[in-house]
Amino acid sequence: MRQFEYVSPKTKAQAFSLLGPSWGESEIIAGGTDLLALMKDDVVRPKRLVNIKSIEGFDNHPKAGFKDSPLGGGANIGALVTLGDLVESPKFRKLMNDYPAFAEAVGEAASPQIRSLATLGGNLCQRPRCWYFRNGFGLLPQDETGKDLVSAGENRYHAILGNEGRAKFVSPSTIVPILIAYNAKIQIVGPKGHRELPIEKFYLIPKSDGEREHDLRPNEIISVLVLPSSQGVQAAHYEIRQKAAFDWPLAVAAVALKMNGDTVSAARVVLGNVAPVPWISPEAEQALVGKTVNEETAKTAAEAALKNATPLSHNAYKIQLAKVALKRAILKAGGTA
Amino acid sequence: MSNYKWPDRNTRTLIGKRTTRVDSSVKVSGQAKYTYDVKRPGMLYGKMVRCPYAHSKVISIDTSAAEKMSGVKAVHVVQGPGTQIHWAGDEVVAIAAVDERTAEDAARLVIVKYEKLPHLVSDAEPPKGAAEEQGPLSVDDLEDMLDNQVPDRQMVQQIQQYGISFKPTEDLLKEAKDDGAADSVIEAVRNATVHEGAATRPKPYYQKAAAIIQGEPDKAFSEAEVIGEGVYGIPVITHCCLESHGSTSEWTSPNHLFVHMSTQNVSGIAAQMAEPLKIPASNIRVRQEHIGGGFGSKFSPDRWGIVTAELSKKAGGKPVRMMLERDSELKVAGARPSAFAHVKIAAKKDGTVTAWRSESWGTGGPGGGGMPPIPYVFNIPNQHKEHTAIRNNIGPARAWRAPNHPQAAVLTMCAMEDLAAKLNMDPLALFQKNLSITGARAKNYAEEFGIAADLMGWKQKWHPRPAAVPTGLARGVGLSIHTWGGRGHNSDCDFTIHPDGSVDIKMGTQDLGTGTRTAILVVAADTLGIPIDAINLQIGDTLYPPSGGSGGSTTIGGVSSSTRRAAVDARDTLFAKVAPALNAQPHDLECTNGTVSVKSDPSRSLIWKQACAKIGAMPVTNRGKNPDRNKPPDLTNSGVAGVQMAEVEVDPETGIVQVKKMVAVQDCGLVVNIKTAESQCLGALIMGISYSLFEEKIMDPITGVMLNPNMEFYRLAGLNDVPELVVHMMTGEGYDERGVIGLGEPPVISPGAAISNAVANALGVRVPFLPLTPDRVLSAISQKAGA
Amino acid sequence: MPDDDSKKNLAEHSGVSRRDFLKISTISAAVPLVAGPQTVLAAGEQVPVYGPGKVPMALTVNGKRCALHLEPRVTLLDALRDDLDITGAKRVCDRGECGACTVLMDNKLVYACSVLAIEAQGKQIETVECLMENGKLHPIQKAFVDRDASQCGFCTPGFVVACKSLLDKHPNPTPEDIRRGLSGNFCRCGTYAGIREVILESSRTTKGA
Repeated sequence: MRQFEYVSPKTKAQAFSLLGPSWGESEIIAGGTDLLALMKDDVVRPKRLVNIKSIEGFDNHPKAGFKDSPLGGGANIGALVTLGDLVESPKFRKLMNDYPAFAEAVGEAASPQIRSLATLGGNLCQRPRCWYFRNGFGLLPQDETGKDLVSAGENRYHAILGNEGRAKFVSPSTIVPILIAYNAKIQIVGPKGHRELPIEKFYLIPKSDGEREHDLRPNEIISVLVLPSSQGVQAAHYEIRQKAAFDWPLAVAAVALKMNGDTVSAARVVLGNVAPVPWISPEAEQALVGKTVNEETAKTAAEAALKNATPLSHNAYKIQLAKVALKRAILKAGGTA
Repeated sequence: MSNYKWPDRNTRTLIGKRTTRVDSSVKVSGQAKYTYDVKRPGMLYGKMVRCPYAHSKVISIDTSAAEKMSGVKAVHVVQGPGTQIHWAGDEVVAIAAVDERTAEDAARLVIVKYEKLPHLVSDAEPPKGAAEEQGPLSVDDLEDMLDNQVPDRQMVQQIQQYGISFKPTEDLLKEAKDDGAADSVIEAVRNATVHEGAATRPKPYYQKAAAIIQGEPDKAFSEAEVIGEGVYGIPVITHCCLESHGSTSEWTSPNHLFVHMSTQNVSGIAAQMAEPLKIPASNIRVRQEHIGGGFGSKFSPDRWGIVTAELSKKAGGKPVRMMLERDSELKVAGARPSAFAHVKIAAKKDGTVTAWRSESWGTGGPGGGGMPPIPYVFNIPNQHKEHTAIRNNIGPARAWRAPNHPQAAVLTMCAMEDLAAKLNMDPLALFQKNLSITGARAKNYAEEFGIAADLMGWKQKWHPRPAAVPTGLARGVGLSIHTWGGRGHNSDCDFTIHPDGSVDIKMGTQDLGTGTRTAILVVAADTLGIPIDAINLQIGDTLYPPSGGSGGSTTIGGVSSSTRRAAVDARDTLFAKVAPALNAQPHDLECTNGTVSVKSDPSRSLIWKQACAKIGAMPVTNRGKNPDRNKPPDLTNSGVAGVQMAEVEVDPETGIVQVKKMVAVQDCGLVVNIKTAESQCLGALIMGISYSLFEEKIMDPITGVMLNPNMEFYRLAGLNDVPELVVHMMTGEGYDERGVIGLGEPPVISPGAAISNAVANALGVRVPFLPLTPDRVLSAISQKAGA
Repeated sequence: MPDDDSKKNLAEHSGVSRRDFLKISTISAAVPLVAGPQTVLAAGEQVPVYGPGKVPMALTVNGKRCALHLEPRVTLLDALRDDLDITGAKRVCDRGECGACTVLMDNKLVYACSVLAIEAQGKQIETVECLMENGKLHPIQKAFVDRDASQCGFCTPGFVVACKSLLDKHPNPTPEDIRRGLSGNFCRCGTYAGIREVILESSRTTKGA
């Protein structure tokens, strides 16, 4: 790693000031599991690391735990809470019982050593795994003639949806799809104050070098994860990965259903690790509403979700995997898996 | 005349039994020191500046900024201006500094200008267009062939056909012999036609070897009742030893070097460092107590090892440690060559195989890639084989556990299984039908088939291939057989019995985690009739007598036989001293259970300590040497068989393969320690699952760099990917009397073929190339559906 | 002298001068260099700045407090191995992908390569070396020996710590507990069969203390 200064601000205002208004100078260090690897690979070169774990009275202080959302029902979880605590600490057991699909996604993420340190906020902000990016060729890699390295090269793990622009990597977080399915929001704090936005709005497809994959300003910090009540929601998370554990998924599907008796009255369908952003599928949602959940309707919805997939030269198989992940997630959510 | 023969089954106390590994406790407690852990006083840290391009020429190097940086103690140009670099990651400049971070910072300040040249990093498609004929062989070509263990007969044939591009001086021939070239190859080189000037011609990417023809393949194919046909392949992978390559070097005097190195060849390193460093080999001491894996990649100091010594010299002799980082390790520290082939097999309706035809290709990096020994194990009478070696810029090849055999097994056993399917035959029956062409080990295979089938439940689990790909989870079984040599290497054992009864052994060998220490102690303790913990064993230092490198599965034979000889001689010397006290002749005595006693009258005995007190003032010392042709019998042998079966479950919707069970039945002559032998097999099965399902070195076609030089995307099997594993070691009559044979490599040969065959059995379609990742499986399924 | 060193290092090693950093903060006035820990003005207050040169640190490792003097960029793993000569935890991937550097930090299983030493302060760090008591192997370690769950041994310290942590949390682990608990450690030699037996044996006999 290159040299850097390390600061531990005690207040939010200090943190915003120390982070500064542009990317590249400073980075937040929370768990550090992704950041340190990026720095060792020289992909990011911050001159200052801003530790946000010592900020007093921060909504995201791990001791704050959760409190009931002002909207009634649901929960707030501090963004500094680690994945490990979420699935293992007695403090969160009751909460996680209300969001079992979220609990499953968190428990399957990475390895216990990563989960011990990895924070919710850090997971949401982690950078893509694209091997061109991680090998120093940039997020939108091109050779000196302007040829897109991903399209012309090894793209077996890259995007099959949303890849019309220069961005071909896939969104890496395996817990974000189910959070979106649960209609979760995040609160972000910065020098201009609080803002809240649905998680799906947080993710953006970068169009030029220097842009990031999300809406966070350089001097902002995710502070709280806001989960609406899961009452009446049947949700499921389904991952397809080759190894039994600690292996990046080839496709993730997250489904949340509201049922009216046997019939789906509302559906949220989100695919992960298939596009540069978490991919909501209105097509699949429409295909499910008003139907009962069975093998056929699940398959139809899955086909609808991937109908307009645009594979690259070596990743067409991910279309099949995404369909299967989604079909199985739908059946799981519908309780008929 | 000393009797070195291995003790009989009923007199053995430790040999052939289960003994707990003696060096586990220091490993589980964290006390074991590996090269990576060694800290020398005043130690500096070395880092490399590495070329980022797959093929380039160094134009200029500017190290001035690096040299000026505070904390930098030495800078050394490894490959200077004008040098052609043949793979991304190759070393250009080396730096030693007070700590790693300073060395890294300094490395970033080195400015190297390169001229980029065209590169090739692919190997999966058969070479297009006319492949050039093989030109005269260079020294490099011959060294690559030796590294890739190309069979002697093939080497001789190529030398005779193409000639050589250099003058075969006696020095060169001696070097070749030291590198392991057979006498027939040496002679062929000595008498070869020399084409001077050929060495300067640029080497083409594709080099086609002459066709190898045996018998009358064309006739056999035209008369065949059934012909099986398919394409099979296995990619380039790396060794991925957990402890990377590297060493610490320090000059204890202007011409004495002390090296700690991660190596599987402690005794052989000094000679390789002496010439480049221009000091006598006798002035170089090499030491290693523990090593974190070798798998064939750590026989030489490598250029970076020499450079580390150079850095140390430049830094006034201070110790310099340079261990490769993970990405460098995966990029440059060795790759297992790939092999692909289009195969046709001819057979009679009853399954008798009559002919083989293959067009194969593969790469081992800049050295091309030799043809693996196909058809493997089955010496099919009529053969026509053509091979194209692909030279490319993926990085250098190194011997990978059982070099060329895993490749040969996939190309052959998968073709055999496909033939069986075409014949509607159980592949086990097909293999059994053709046992007669498996050579000397036919009887072993026959026995092992029976045991393996029992342990797997083959009869219950095997089914003919489904006509259509199943829609739900599909199970299948597959098998493969393999062979290996494994005769013991040269080894010397210094054996001392002290007057106070303590015993110590010193050997220059290494223990890769293969149980070598334990095996030595088992042999020694069994011979002397004393417990293992009464013996002090030291290994891993050139101060101790030399042993061969741990390659070719030659260590167990080497160290066990030299130890046996030394122990027997020491024991006999002891008997000579003790006999008078027991009123007996030396040949009347035996040592068992911690005593020395008269065979015919056990009441006349002395406990070990008392017996040793008769030695006198000076300890009894002996050196066992292996091979020692003056002192028969041969305690070791060569030639093992091996049968493996795999059961898999495949999800046809996702293409995910899970191995559910593996069975390995393995012989290796007299098994010195059953417990560690089983672990070798279990470990090999797991390594096999890794390379069957997950591993491949992935190169980017445009930039020519390795895209997965990390353990995130260079994937190894985890604990949860490993199913029930059953290992059965063959022992007893027909095996024990053969003597000790090596085991490290054979069991890693078959898993790829066995697992691929099981998948074909489950799905009814062959997935041609390893690793069997979801994309490849789904592609094979959809091709069958489309067909 | 620590402070002189850090000033010197700042000048020579820092990629960026103090002036550059001031550009980032909202205050433009020059900040006098102080003799104690460096500070930077942020939101009207002086915030201590550590590094980029060496700074004094204290790590509590295996119950012992160790005073060190390290750059902020030093990982806990490198501090353990290079500065404290505690070499059980190994450096293999250095990216939090393989488990060979696994240690416990406040009783949580972590990759030491993915923790900065400066952030490991004030925490209880436990490595494989602290498992032995009075020269005797911990029951889990003994199980590794008996079940031949170690070959070259390079992954072993990480696995021993991971197994202990698993059994401390789940004395009778289910297959799912084992799957998740041991998913973060890899072995190239292939000792998993032996490790499974260690867990089976230990879950019957040990409380994992």
